[in-house]
Amino acid sequence: MILSGLLNTLSVRGAGVPFLATGDGTFWLPVRATEAAGTVDNLFYFIFWISLFFFTLLMALLAIFAVRYRRRREGEEPEPSPSHNLAVEVVWTAIPVLLVAAIFWFGFQAYVDMSTPPLDSYQIQVTGQKWKWTFTYPNGYVDELLHVPADRPVQLVMTSQDVIHSLSIPAFRIKRDLVPGRYSKAWFTAVRPGDYDIYCAEYCGTQHSSMLSTVKVLPPEEFDAWLLAHSDILSGLTPVEGGERVYNVLGCKQCHSLDGAAGVGPTFRDLFGSERPLKGGGRVLVDENYVSSSVLDPQSQIVQGFEPVMPTFKGRIKDQEITALIAFLKSLSGHAPRDEAPAAAGAGTP
Amino acid sequence: MSTQDATAAPPAAGSENYLNCSHGFRSWFFTLDHKRIGVMYLASILSFFLLGGILALLIRTELLTPTRTLMSADDYNKVFTLHGAIMIFLFIIPGIPAALGNFVLPLMLGAKDVALPRLNLASYHLYLVGALIAVLSIVQGGVDAGWTFYAPYSTTTNTAVVTLTFGVFVLGFSSVFTGLNFIVTMHKMRPAGMGWFDMPLMLWALYATSIIQVLATPILGITMVLLIVERVMGIGIFDPALGGDPVLYQHFFWFYSHPAVYIMILPAMGIISEVVSVFSRKHIFGYRAIAYSSIAIAAFSFLVWGHHMFTSGQSELMNMIFSALTFSVSIPSAVKMFNWLSTMYKGSIRFDTPMIYALSFMFLFGIGGLTGLFLGSLATDVHLHDTYFVVAHFHYVMFGGTVIAFLAGLHYWWPKMFGRMYDEKWGRISAIVISVGFNITFFTQFVMGSQGMPRRYYAYVDKFEPYHVISSFGSYLMAAGFFMTAWYLVKSLYRGRPAPVNPWGGGSMEWQAASPPVVHNFTDEPVGGDPYDYANQAYDPALGGYVLRKTEVSDR
Ligand code: HEC
Ligand code: HEM
Ligand SMILES: [Cu+2]
Ligand SMILES: [Cu+2]
Repeated sequence: MILSGLLNTLSVRGAGVPFLATGDGTFWLPVRATEAAGTVDNLFYFIFWISLFFFTLLMALLAIFAVRYRRRREGEEPEPSPSHNLAVEVVWTAIPVLLVAAIFWFGFQAYVDMSTPPLDSYQIQVTGQKWKWTFTYPNGYVDELLHVPADRPVQLVMTSQDVIHSLSIPAFRIKRDLVPGRYSKAWFTAVRPGDYDIYCAEYCGTQHSSMLSTVKVLPPEEFDAWLLAHSDILSGLTPVEGGERVYNVLGCKQCHSLDGAAGVGPTFRDLFGSERPLKGGGRVLVDENYVSSSVLDPQSQIVQGFEPVMPTFKGRIKDQEITALIAFLKSLSGHAPRDEAPAAAGAGTP
Repeated sequence: MSTQDATAAPPAAGSENYLNCSHGFRSWFFTLDHKRIGVMYLASILSFFLLGGILALLIRTELLTPTRTLMSADDYNKVFTLHGAIMIFLFIIPGIPAALGNFVLPLMLGAKDVALPRLNLASYHLYLVGALIAVLSIVQGGVDAGWTFYAPYSTTTNTAVVTLTFGVFVLGFSSVFTGLNFIVTMHKMRPAGMGWFDMPLMLWALYATSIIQVLATPILGITMVLLIVERVMGIGIFDPALGGDPVLYQHFFWFYSHPAVYIMILPAMGIISEVVSVFSRKHIFGYRAIAYSSIAIAAFSFLVWGHHMFTSGQSELMNMIFSALTFSVSIPSAVKMFNWLSTMYKGSIRFDTPMIYALSFMFLFGIGGLTGLFLGSLATDVHLHDTYFVVAHFHYVMFGGTVIAFLAGLHYWWPKMFGRMYDEKWGRISAIVISVGFNITFFTQFVMGSQGMPRRYYAYVDKFEPYHVISSFGSYLMAAGFFMTAWYLVKSLYRGRPAPVNPWGGGSMEWQAASPPVVHNFTDEPVGGDPYDYANQAYDPALGGYVLRKTEVSDR
């Protein structure tokens, strides 16, 4: 606040108009889609101009000295000149102290504003897991894209299922780590409808750089209409289509392919109805119960050749969604409903 | 006025020195001579610099396109982890102190050796052991946790984390031994008449560095042990799934690793103080301010680690305190810049290769330090943290700062170390090529970082492609500069003109020893005095170097 006020007065664009309003990006900074982004950018440019000024000054002196005092012949000795000067040394210590004190103070002010969400913020839960984002709305609707209403403070309450991730939305100038076992928070008021990138900014393994999503800023009425229409993810879909949606939205697709290639987990192709070897011996037939228990309690039976890394979906998946998933799995399998001879164990395993 | 001095004559061909006094593997590998240990360190760190550099070129080549270019995502993650770990732990931390510092510290004191030669050798042997263990981790398939080893990723990934962190643990001891040795040497072996404030500033810098090495490195050691304990025995320290706290890991890690960045930059600043003064032929400006600022940096460096964790969820109060302290550490660095500039004022400046590097240091470190202000300020750091802006910042300070200063020092002391002059023309050309290539490589990274490009990304959004392509081409140019350097330096060992005792007119005592020095460093007692007073030297065109002026005509 103080800063934008100060910069307004300094601004060549005249009083009253923010120096950098919400809007298009500049050479250095991307598009600004929140109020806070303008403040951050003002500070960025404040530091930038100070730095550029002093850097240019120092380098100009360097160049001038280098030319002016170059050694013209070997053995030349310079005129004697003082090797210290207390007054000068005090001044050139004091000036940077004052400048960095100002930079610190503006940075701190803006940061406090950015960390203090209004009480009436709209809350969205964010879950990070290798390598996907899940956004849960107050009514329980879950999506892999973040939709937010414009002009309304939104608070993200975030946690991670596995390792540390970090939610970064450059257009909003926010970034916050998602730490397993803790909740972290971030908030913003988006003011510019549009689609903006979401990145994972904390290194989290193989697909860290594909852990992307999009935040869609919608005008408030559109947002409300959108949420209403999407609250029941199965509505209007056949069970197979619904199952496919669940597969996408809940992140099964990060680990299970549909094309027969093994990923982190076995492929779903031809899975249903086959017989699977288990780690530690034994086999099991993939039927409705097995699918359900694999989803709710994945650690109880581990398929041979895979690591026990599948997270449990207990509490995050509804019964109808499991039913839809089963329909979807059946549609992918030549074994369903029941072949006479299940294919060799290891369909889809490497 | 007579310009004669007993040590002024160039070494007669075949005269005995520390390089040719004895031969064979054992005479080097078990030597107690600080100069030989320094040279072995130099060869080792340069080998790892080459390896780390090849990995860097692989990274840049992979990033030429937004998707796969050369390798898989997993391989990429291993390559950037190894690049970082090798450059930090095997090249840049031991770089200036253990290689150049080992060579020049006793010479600058006019001493025969460091105080504890056996500890010095042990430090080198530990370095080799640690390096071998680190290399073993590559054989085991590599590590993909990043050089920061953040938990719980590092405690759960199935790559060779234990081996590499154990290597880092061992390397830590090597670093502590060197630091301890230097502290003792400076306390106990300063010659009579050399007070603390008569030491060359390089020694102040090494002293401040050593203090950090001795005090901070044990924290890294303990952290690595805790990480290994968690991985091997499943005891929950950092992984919340086992009841641990991952943010605690970050505190431990940065409690070492922030001071460690000053282990890298302080000796670099020491070199610049020497080079700027000598090549300007002017007394260093503000000696005491530079000396005190080294100590101030060392002290403050322990208080700012939290600035790496502004987005980790530490409290707002902590963030505020760490931000304020971070700014305080930037002041002494700024003061040094002003001092170097003032040293050039009214000097008589010669642009030999070391000075080209020193000027390039001021340019690059200036940018690196100023961009630290964007990161130290809370609101802007939230946006810039973990983007290429940070990558560019630390390359400007560590490469533009430390590596460039290392090259300045290497070229400055090369004639002393090996008794040969390198080709000055190629020296200057490659110094300029390296600086230009560096700026092309890393300046673009500031822009893409502030535009939002996250670091440690194998694939990226199309809009960042032009920046990445420019950056990669810059890195190839820089590589060309380094190959040129390697070529003329190696050539100088065989064909170089024999070096005079004091080719640049340095005032500290190493320039009174023969080039290369004899085993016990000095044949005659070196003459002490203000290391930045050049009035008692004169240029001798016949020698191509400087000789001490005898104020009274000697009895010869
Ligand atoms: C983090 C990766 C991951 C995610 C996400 C994941 N799984 Fe799995 N899944 C695995 C792995 C690995 C296995 C094999 C080991 C085991 O049996 O637990 C597996 C096994 C299974 C099996 C048993 C397969 C067989 O061959 O017998 C089923 C069924 C299954 N998952 C369903 C799902 C569904 C449905 C989802 C989404 C709601 C899902 N998984 C999400 C990794 C994952
Ligand atoms: C001049 C004053 C400096 C200031 C104010 C400063 C500030 C900072 C800050 C705040 C960060 C954290 C950025 C982030 O992760 O968001 C950072 C990162 C870093 N700085 Fe500096 N810095 C300075 C000088 C140096 C120097 C001299 C070095 C080393 C020679 C250095 C090396 C690093 C490294 C290695 C990192 C990042 C490490 C990583 O995340 O992998 N900095 N700096
Ligand atoms: Cu990530
Ligand atoms: Cu730091």
